[in-house]
Amino acid sequence: MSRHRIVRTMDYNDEYDGYDDIYGHSVEDDHLSISPTDAQQWLYDRARGQQSISAFISKNKDIQEEEDDEDEEAAFEKARRDSESFQMPQLDEIEQAKLSSCVDEVRSVVGDAVSERRIVETSMKFDYDMQKILDEILNEETAKKSSAKPAASRIKVPAAPAPVLPKSTSKTAPTPPPKISLKEPRRGFEIPSPKVPSSPSVSGRNTPVDIGGDDISRSSATLFKVSKEQALRNARQLYEKERADQKSHIHMIVIGHVDAGKSTLMGHLLYDTGNVSQRVMHKHEQESKKLGKQSFMYAWVLDETGEERARGITMDVGQSRIETKTKIVTLLDAPGHKDFIPNMISGATQADVALLVVDATRGEFESGFELGGQTREHAILVRSLGVNQLGVIINKLDTVGWSQERFTEIVTKLKSFLKQAGFKESDVSFTPCSGLTGENLTKKAQEPALTSWYNGPHLLDVIEKFKIPERAIDRPLRMSVSDIYKGTGSGFCISGRVETGVLCLNDKVLVGASREQAQVKSLAMNDFPQTSVFAGDQVSVTLPALDINNVAVGCIICDPQTPIPVTTRFQARIIVFNVKVPITMGFPVLLHHQSLIEPAVVSKLTASIHKSTGEVVKKKPRCLGNNSCALVELETSRPICIERYADFKELGRVMLRVAGVTIAAGMVTKIR
Amino acid sequence: MKLLGKYVDKGMQGNVTLMPEESEDMWHAFNLISEGDSVRSTTIRKVQNETATGSSTSSRVRTTLTIAVESIDFDTQACVLRLKGRNIEENQYVKMGAYHTLDLELNRKFELRKPEWDTIALERIEMACDPTQSADVAAVVMQEGLAHVCLITASMTLVRSKIEVSIPRKRKGSVQQHEKGLAKFYEQVMQSILRHVNFDVVKCVLIASPGFVRDQFYDYMFQQAVKMDYKLLLDNKSKFMLVHASSGFKHSLKEVLQDPAVLAKMSDTKAAGEVKALEQFYMMLQCEPAKAFYGKKHVLQAAESQAIETLLISDNLFRCQDVNLRKEYVNLVESVRDAGGEVKIFSSMHISGEQLAQLTGIAALLRFPMPELEDSDDDDDEDGAAGGAASDSD
Repeated sequence: MSRHRIVRTMDYNDEYDGYDDIYGHSVEDDHLSISPTDAQQWLYDRARGQQSISAFISKNKDIQEEEDDEDEEAAFEKARRDSESFQMPQLDEIEQAKLSSCVDEVRSVVGDAVSERRIVETSMKFDYDMQKILDEILNEETAKKSSAKPAASRIKVPAAPAPVLPKSTSKTAPTPPPKISLKEPRRGFEIPSPKVPSSPSVSGRNTPVDIGGDDISRSSATLFKVSKEQALRNARQLYEKERADQKSHIHMIVIGHVDAGKSTLMGHLLYDTGNVSQRVMHKHEQESKKLGKQSFMYAWVLDETGEERARGITMDVGQSRIETKTKIVTLLDAPGHKDFIPNMISGATQADVALLVVDATRGEFESGFELGGQTREHAILVRSLGVNQLGVIINKLDTVGWSQERFTEIVTKLKSFLKQAGFKESDVSFTPCSGLTGENLTKKAQEPALTSWYNGPHLLDVIEKFKIPERAIDRPLRMSVSDIYKGTGSGFCISGRVETGVLCLNDKVLVGASREQAQVKSLAMNDFPQTSVFAGDQVSVTLPALDINNVAVGCIICDPQTPIPVTTRFQARIIVFNVKVPITMGFPVLLHHQSLIEPAVVSKLTASIHKSTGEVVKKKPRCLGNNSCALVELETSRPICIERYADFKELGRVMLRVAGVTIAAGMVTKIR
Repeated sequence: MKLLGKYVDKGMQGNVTLMPEESEDMWHAFNLISEGDSVRSTTIRKVQNETATGSSTSSRVRTTLTIAVESIDFDTQACVLRLKGRNIEENQYVKMGAYHTLDLELNRKFELRKPEWDTIALERIEMACDPTQSADVAAVVMQEGLAHVCLITASMTLVRSKIEVSIPRKRKGSVQQHEKGLAKFYEQVMQSILRHVNFDVVKCVLIASPGFVRDQFYDYMFQQAVKMDYKLLLDNKSKFMLVHASSGFKHSLKEVLQDPAVLAKMSDTKAAGEVKALEQFYMMLQCEPAKAFYGKKHVLQAAESQAIETLLISDNLFRCQDVNLRKEYVNLVESVRDAGGEVKIFSSMHISGEQLAQLTGIAALLRFPMPELEDSDDDDDEDGAAGGAASDSD
């Protein structure tokens, strides 16, 4: 650029002073006195680090990358705990001095086996009385040892309290824990991980209520600054108090092949149950007639965007709710088109039960069910996302004259398939109906051709019969964000489903992988303000003073006392579906976790395992073919919030998709 | 790249004078130059003079220096190549052995001297100087709320901008927010196309998405172009092409490049060829696993028995600092060629090359099945190679 200036009259010194700093053609030539070795000491050379790694690898071929055994597990456990931090209680100076001398003394007796937090808590509890403190701690230790044994039979044993490490390995938590108090010098201490419930595979119900409450209250005093009510809350009692007189909530997703009539069926159901006014329906009828698509009038109840109406297909999950005699049902109308399966997955992660709609028309059922149709993929997807109860709706039976033959033909075909997919026969029901004419929807069938052979329940009955799944109310709060939008008031709303735990007004929460702290300003369910919401609810939350850039669809809101692990690497047990090309290491996939879609890479194939027995068939397989089962390691480019399946069933499930096809479903087994 | 002079003797020693003309040539230069080579080029150096009285003045001089390269730094986004090393030819300004960092500049020649030129390096020069290979394509992969604007050149895929907008979902009674969010998102993508795509160079702009996002965006863009009078877009309307992709993430570019319509238009560029080759490998692994292998150990064994029909190898393996390791790979490539096999060197800047680099960086399709390779597993050699490849790639 100097060519374009009057260079002759220029004072180079002035001209280039700043220039050099920025562009640094030759870094050290300002000071000729510095020798290259000196300079090297001060300069950061990026290549140097790389060189050492590759040199190391090429020279030490016989060293295994890592040991695949118990140490690794212990390391995992440790790393997991590192992601949480321990906070010292706020005390005045005298108290502080007393406490530290007390802690030191206890340490000299019990050694490093007991966590700092435990000691601090106990010391405070007994007002720094050495005798009592020691008694308490030693008793606790022996009790723990004996109680740890039965737990060993579970999937993973929580490691014995590890020695206190002064420094946290930052690999698990790339973002530092949020700043809570400036004068707090000891952050990042090891604390025992939150107690893994005795039976992790069942929802938190089985943890005895009083123990759970006690545990939470004890740790809360020291961990994060949260209000006392939030810390001492007994979730179960609160739930019983608040919800005793209400109908129970259930979320139902409607799935099926494109054009099976899902939206029409739901639209008609909403209309028949009186959730859509006559006037609106009339408007839809008129408008759809204008476009020459009168058969879509019911679908328009749920398909609201212009694009959806013009094309006549659902593109995103539509939400609506109906009330039955015993339940409040949230309907999630999933798109059937292949390209919108990501939307369907994010809807299905919120669902408790599913309705599978199939088209009975000749040829249509076959094209939707045979290879390439979405009937199969959807059913397998919802099953792997934890939906157990399925109502199969044989739709459009009027087009084949309510033929019983056709009905039984479809039922037998579906039955064997659903069994393979892992649905229990007792949890699956088959119902004939017609979404367009409204036959057998809310009233018993009247069509003579149908009543001649069918005397079963109608659609509303089927919904009524769904069992309410157990909600994990006693567990720490986890809420997955599925939508961010501008609310009526100030700021923005975050809507999503509370997976576990309780959320109340003015609670403090941590948001997403950046772990930003926020306070709940308002809570709403279906536009009605609430003071507390519970696991299984679909809510919208306002969190003021939160940067909108720090929340995204798919992130998790969690309890500050037991924050969710944040990681970029984790191990999962996957089941591979029908795949065109085998999975190898380095395979790029899209990871679906709740509403989150994140690109990931299969970084390592640890072992292929036997499907039913779980035995390791082969260590480090070259590739994974159709219908195999394996332990793999996945790596994401950005840190994500994820839980082990053993800890939180709902948040430990992942789906892997490639090029618009679901290639595998998995459960998170280890988090790094 | 322009080849200005080449003097390589029978012992494969010698020097080559090159002139980079476009940013992609920097990538070729990055692959050519390895540590220990000497590079001669013109550069600016700050020189300090001390007068007899003791006062010192510093001035900048443009001078020609020859350095022995010690470290190479390539910035993929700006396509800038920086070479650091010691001066090996003293001149009036710079002492022998003084350190200097050379910034290779466009349209300024540089001379590269290697202690030994191997076939891979010579081929790279040939490829870099082939003008027919330059076919630039811009691609926009998008889905609702996420878009990548990429530039695909012969040997690089550069993500020019990534747009992430959270679009409110449709909800009962308020679809306006959703539609407003979409419009905002489309506007951002359009602005990014205007900013990053040079329509003088780019022959074709691919817009890829699942569902109808691409059609919606296309309509929106040209509506706006008419409204706001964006001449650039209107004049180049014929260059736009709508393709299906399963998502808006970067690796769905692979699907885009496999689309038959795109293939016809791009007439077999390196990027598309690589995607096809990798796909073939995976197909073989599915159908006949005993004829497809990856990992250095397996591939070397297969090469020993002259079984390799097609060798896929990532160019980041040739960039390793270890001279012997590089030699090993060069020998492998030569031996496969001698045995009549085909060698495909993948650019690690492409999507498929990225995937291959993750897959140990080396893979082979065999002429005949070698199941015995599969059985000789269960050691850690593969891991070492994988670790090396992973640490090498960026």
